[in-house]
Amino acid sequence: MDVIRHHGLAAVLVGAFLLFWVPMFGFPAYYETFLYSIFFWIAIASSWTILGGYAGYFSFGAGAFFGVGAYTTATLTTWYGVPFLWTMPVGAILAGLIAVAIGAVVFRLNTLRGELFALITLAITFILATIVSNTPLDGGSGVYLLSVKVPRLMPSTNGTMYVIALLLAAGAVTIAYAIQYSRFGMGLFAIHDDEDAAEVKGIPTFRYKLIAFAISSAIAGAVGSLSAVYVGYLAVPDTFSLTLPLYAILMCVLGGRRHWLGPAVGATLITVALNLSTSGADPVAGKAAVAAAMVLVVLLVPNGIVAVPRGKKRGVSEVAALASAVVPPLPAANTDGKVLLVCREVEKSFGGIRALHAVTLDVREGEILGLVGPNGSGKSTLINVVSGHFRAGSGTIEFDGTELRDLSAHAIARRGIARTYQIPRPFERLSVLDNVALCASFGAGTGVLAGRREAAHWLDFTGLAGKAEALPSELNLHERKFLEFARALATRPRLLLLDEVLSGLNSAEIEGAIALIRRIRAGGTTVVFVEHVMRAVIALSDRIAVLDHGMVIALGEPQATMRDPKVVRVYLGKASAA
Amino acid sequence: MPSVTLLGQAVIAGVLIGGLYGLLAAGLSLSWGLLKYINVSYFALAFLSAYLTYQFGTFNGIAPWWSAVILVPAFFLLGVLQHWTFMRLRVTELTSLVVTFGLAVLIESLIQWIWTADFRKYESGFSGLTSKIGPFFVPTLDFLALVSATILAIATWSWLRWTYVGKALRAAAMDPEMASAFGIDHRRLSFLLSGICSAYAAVAGIFIALIATLAPSEIGTWIGVAFAVVIIGGVGNPLGALLAGILIGFAESVTMAVTQPAWAPLVSFTILIVLLLWKPRWT
Repeated sequence: MDVIRHHGLAAVLVGAFLLFWVPMFGFPAYYETFLYSIFFWIAIASSWTILGGYAGYFSFGAGAFFGVGAYTTATLTTWYGVPFLWTMPVGAILAGLIAVAIGAVVFRLNTLRGELFALITLAITFILATIVSNTPLDGGSGVYLLSVKVPRLMPSTNGTMYVIALLLAAGAVTIAYAIQYSRFGMGLFAIHDDEDAAEVKGIPTFRYKLIAFAISSAIAGAVGSLSAVYVGYLAVPDTFSLTLPLYAILMCVLGGRRHWLGPAVGATLITVALNLSTSGADPVAGKAAVAAAMVLVVLLVPNGIVAVPRGKKRGVSEVAALASAVVPPLPAANTDGKVLLVCREVEKSFGGIRALHAVTLDVREGEILGLVGPNGSGKSTLINVVSGHFRAGSGTIEFDGTELRDLSAHAIARRGIARTYQIPRPFERLSVLDNVALCASFGAGTGVLAGRREAAHWLDFTGLAGKAEALPSELNLHERKFLEFARALATRPRLLLLDEVLSGLNSAEIEGAIALIRRIRAGGTTVVFVEHVMRAVIALSDRIAVLDHGMVIALGEPQATMRDPKVVRVYLGKASAA
Repeated sequence: MPSVTLLGQAVIAGVLIGGLYGLLAAGLSLSWGLLKYINVSYFALAFLSAYLTYQFGTFNGIAPWWSAVILVPAFFLLGVLQHWTFMRLRVTELTSLVVTFGLAVLIESLIQWIWTADFRKYESGFSGLTSKIGPFFVPTLDFLALVSATILAIATWSWLRWTYVGKALRAAAMDPEMASAFGIDHRRLSFLLSGICSAYAAVAGIFIALIATLAPSEIGTWIGVAFAVVIIGGVGNPLGALLAGILIGFAESVTMAVTQPAWAPLVSFTILIVLLLWKPRWT
């Protein structure tokens, strides 16, 4: 798989190198124009996929950033006489900065995902268009750039533009490639699958989205800058258009949105098809044919032509080999009873409902603390607050001397707190191995390769080595729960928060899970677990804390605590306690 | 600053055009919210309906209300057929946007092939009709569009809100598996709704034919406003779509009267952004 992917990029770059010399041969200008339009669309589609395909944030704003680049070049060249080539990076940077400014506001809101983000970008396109059209930048009548001097990189002006477009396309594809196989790219894919879980697993989701948006917009800006001079005339409706993002989306969906080469394949196919149709006898029939072909392809290959290869199934031995490669042992169990986590007077309300009230609790290093209580007593909320999924209303949460309350979830994860979800939330489009590798890579801050090695170790530990290349949807509930364990352990946490890991398991599976939790603690990890299965709570816990109506009503050694009259009253009613 | 009369006239024009926005956005809103298909082909279907109304009226001497009698049921069936095809081919929420965009281009090509790319105007004989209320003129056709839009929106909204079928549809949109576990035949109900969405496009088209000038390229210009209307009104809410349509029509029209007409697009989209940022949950 790795060999194919490197050869793929090499082939693309060799192709680009060969195409670079085309203008030297003096072919009819038609060919250069045709290839130019392919390069144009490859760059636009590849830039779109970095945010839209990888991170799943569909943007209709390509036209806006394209327009920013185009009008930057138009203004700088025609008003101030700045050389054209200098204006391209300026346009790209400006487009990127505007994206950062927009993203800084929009990406903070959890509600603005999916279609609503698409809508925001659509609105921004129209707003920028209206502003440009009503100010001297355009003035409503368009801008001519015919007098702009183009440096002679090639024998003809057309050839020069061709070469710049080629370089932009090759650059965009290479950037898409580099991102896909980097930690950053893995983070974007995780954001696509489950953004909340990604944040908890240590991925700085806000920063990553911002960077992806900026890179994507900057490329669009550079293409806009080139296009302004190439066409020689700018008009607002054609520049800040919806057609641009719509075609980009079509190309990416057709070619494959989650693969670096997908947009380039889609762009080439659609541009060739459009060209054939418009040069044919009947342009209307041509347009209809392209539309029909597009509908059919999307229906028949919904994931695109170039889907991410699943690769051959790795054998158990291969994963075991990965696992046995040097993985340092966990630090030895530390049982001197040092306090690791302290919650003081923690409050959390949802609307009028008080989920946590004056919760004060300490967790000692190396212990297993059971959190029990009736449904709705605030156990899961406490886990969510400590892991940073929710922010506490007031109070302090101190982990090994660091105040956690104002940290975001990914920062908390990186300080050594991992959690599992009651209903497993794996990244559904990543393999089991990649799921764990991602968590290792971000939670423990290792590189991609070290992350995979670490992941193989933990799959072995949880008995999932045979399923390394499967997708999470192919696992049963028991295996999905163990995948949650593996994902949490791969971050090498000092504190592990388990949210009802045993629910839904049969008694043999519960025995297996109890043994696993013991092994985890023996490795030196402190465990806090929320559980309803009392047998497991008594068997595992060094201490238990009982919550009721958001308050800690008892805390101490398991047997004694469960006999506490207050606890009996909560569980069995008033009469039994008397 | 324009005179009070001019401003009042602008308000009336804006509110009235809002009816048309509401009609046009209703199909997208319902289908997006309750069928989970982001169906942009309704805009092209509306124009198909508009061209057919124009064709019937101009060349066959069929009055627009008789066109409505033909077109509304025909488009209802067309919507059902489209939905059946989507379900058979397992179209998802994401691919629906691409597929229906392709369909819209196909329909646009068909229109261009039959009626050419030239501008067409349906001379129905009613376009000049106005009533005078005080110093203000109210164009009858626009008023009729608003009234129809209001009746339809209230009827659809009440139907979804109060009847068993409506509640079942909303339940199925939230959780299809749960709903079917409680005996809701989601498929049959969704056919009904898809027909209604398409019928909305037919009604919108008839009024577009009566009020506006037709050209295949006009289809795209309505999409931006319609999306804004759908979002502001709340996805899946026909009454919200109408109110949002009126709000946007009003804001645009007043902006045009107060400043230069070219600034008008800024209004609806600024409203959209402010609402999204400031009040992201309103359902």
